[in-house]
Amino acid sequence: MLRLPPCSYLRPGSVEEAAELLSRHGERAMLVAGGTDLVPKMKRGQMEPEVLIGLGHLAELRAVTETEEGGFLIGAGVTLAEVSAHRRLAAAYPAYVRAAALVSSPALRNVGTIGGNLCVDTRCNYYDMSFEWRQACGFCMKKDGDICRVAPASKRCRAIASSDTAPAAIALGASVVLAGPAGRRREVPVDGLYRDDGQYYLEKSADEVVESVRLPAPGSWCSSYVKVRRRNTIDFPLAGVAVALRRSGPLVDDCRIVLTAVGSRPFDVSAAAAPLIGRELTADVLAGADGLLAEVAAEAAKVAKPLDNADLHYVWRKQMTRRAVEQAIVEAAGRLPVPTGRA
Amino acid sequence: MRPPVRREVLRLSVNGEERELLVRPYATLLEVLREELRLTGTKHGCELGECGACTVLVGGVPQLSCLLLPAQVEGAEVTTIEGLADGATLDAVQRAFMERGGLQCGYCTPGMVLAARALLDANPSPTREEIREALAGNLCRCTGYAGILDAVEDAARSGR
Ligand SMILES: Cc1cc2nc3c(=O)[nH]c(=O)nc-3n(C[C@H](O)[C@H](O)[C@H](O)COP(=O)(O)OP(=O)(O)OC[C@H]3O[C@@H](n4cnc5c(N)ncnc54)[C@H](O)[C@@H]3O)c2cc1C
Ligand code: SF4
Ligand code: FES
Ligand code: FES
Repeated sequence: MLRLPPCSYLRPGSVEEAAELLSRHGERAMLVAGGTDLVPKMKRGQMEPEVLIGLGHLAELRAVTETEEGGFLIGAGVTLAEVSAHRRLAAAYPAYVRAAALVSSPALRNVGTIGGNLCVDTRCNYYDMSFEWRQACGFCMKKDGDICRVAPASKRCRAIASSDTAPAAIALGASVVLAGPAGRRREVPVDGLYRDDGQYYLEKSADEVVESVRLPAPGSWCSSYVKVRRRNTIDFPLAGVAVALRRSGPLVDDCRIVLTAVGSRPFDVSAAAAPLIGRELTADVLAGADGLLAEVAAEAAKVAKPLDNADLHYVWRKQMTRRAVEQAIVEAAGRLPVPTGRA
Repeated sequence: MRPPVRREVLRLSVNGEERELLVRPYATLLEVLREELRLTGTKHGCELGECGACTVLVGGVPQLSCLLLPAQVEGAEVTTIEGLADGATLDAVQRAFMERGGLQCGYCTPGMVLAARALLDANPSPTREEIREALAGNLCRCTGYAGILDAVEDAARSGR
């Protein structure tokens, strides 16, 4: 039986107290929400907290509320299954809800939370292995070692950002509320939560707790999320693309494209969508007629520099990133309200 | 050296019976069920959340016991495969798995049966696609899944 190393489990009375406990215990402590990322990693010795600070019992993290501006505030402790089954969220933010519904498997989504999903550890084939495997191969700089096994010349860890909901949240203009000790609160765009570093991948201080995710009013945005992986279940993304599209009359007015699993952080590559702005997404364009989608997809996928540290071949993963961008645009366009006067 | 960690009281209901146990706060529900309560019907496969062999129902909802800490199931109602039959009368899902050959080695079966039971409780007449979806986290190395899907369809038709 694979067992967890001895650790104690604390039950803070509030989010604020959780932040205070984090600050008091420093590096010895970690937050645990659903534990679906942390528990397997602790079993493999990838993380070794002596103190777990539990969030699961905090009712204040479990609410989905509509905001006065017509958006939603989702508590960090809301499960992926709850988001997947939420009709109003699904109608307003298809990319986000789709991304949540594509995470792992049903039983994991019943426990895994949206806060944990945004903070999910980066991944790498040299790291997501048992302690014995890593010891035999030689440890790497993300844990216990000092070089990168996949890119030995790299000064930083190149582990892969693997959250499915992060790119969708970014494309939809979402932000996170971070709670620190002594009632400190700040709100940052989800895009601002990440660093392009596989080891130190979160841009927040160690004693901050993600309290909630704020989705702005959906307005006339339509969105989609496309995930590439070996099996249609359980697997983490090998590439993930979130697209949000807005139209004014028949013409595209704005378009955001955000990629995940192609580097150590999610990448907002919306600039690549420039050729779409002011264009009409006719059935021909969406079918690839004048190469418009291919052009946008090639530009969007430029940041993707997959390495040989995930499932399937990295050249194929790069090619599939382009295909996923095209597909995500087509899916988002399919959700746009049909302009008046057209069938 | 890690400081020693004291055992804590865990109260929960397992298959309708109230239990009070002294457990390590870092023992998973899988360890508690198999080693403390000797309920070995819940299987251990990967122990990392990847296979579904350890699926149990917590408040009627499928969850992976290999990843659950005691604090997460405090006060919960846990159903394991041992709690499904009513005395000598099998649950409709168990019966259908037997009749349809929804198993070979049987290792995935407790988890499959419980995940299927939870599906039918929430959705008594699912489509084949919905069954596939609900069982998408339960791997089977033997059957090729067709017998399992047939069994769940049969169980849905026969009711409880
Ligand atoms: C087999 C398997 C497949 C998976 N597939 C996917 C997948 O396809 N896509 C995907 O995105 N994920 C996947 N996951 C990872 C994980 O299940 C999800 O990301 C889940 O949403 C994590 O949520 P959690 O509540 O369980 O997080 P936890 O494990 O509790 O926490 C994860 C991390 O976030 C931190 N944390 C948790 N909550 C907060 C908070 N409120 N504020 C600050 N930090 C916090 C923890 O300290 C920890 O470092 C998979 C996991 C497994 C085991
Ligand atoms: S990218 Fe390099 S340093 Fe980072 S986990 Fe992989 S092998 Fe280790
Ligand atoms: S043993 Fe729990 S999922 Fe494999
Ligand atoms: S019957 Fe052997 S694993 Fe499913």
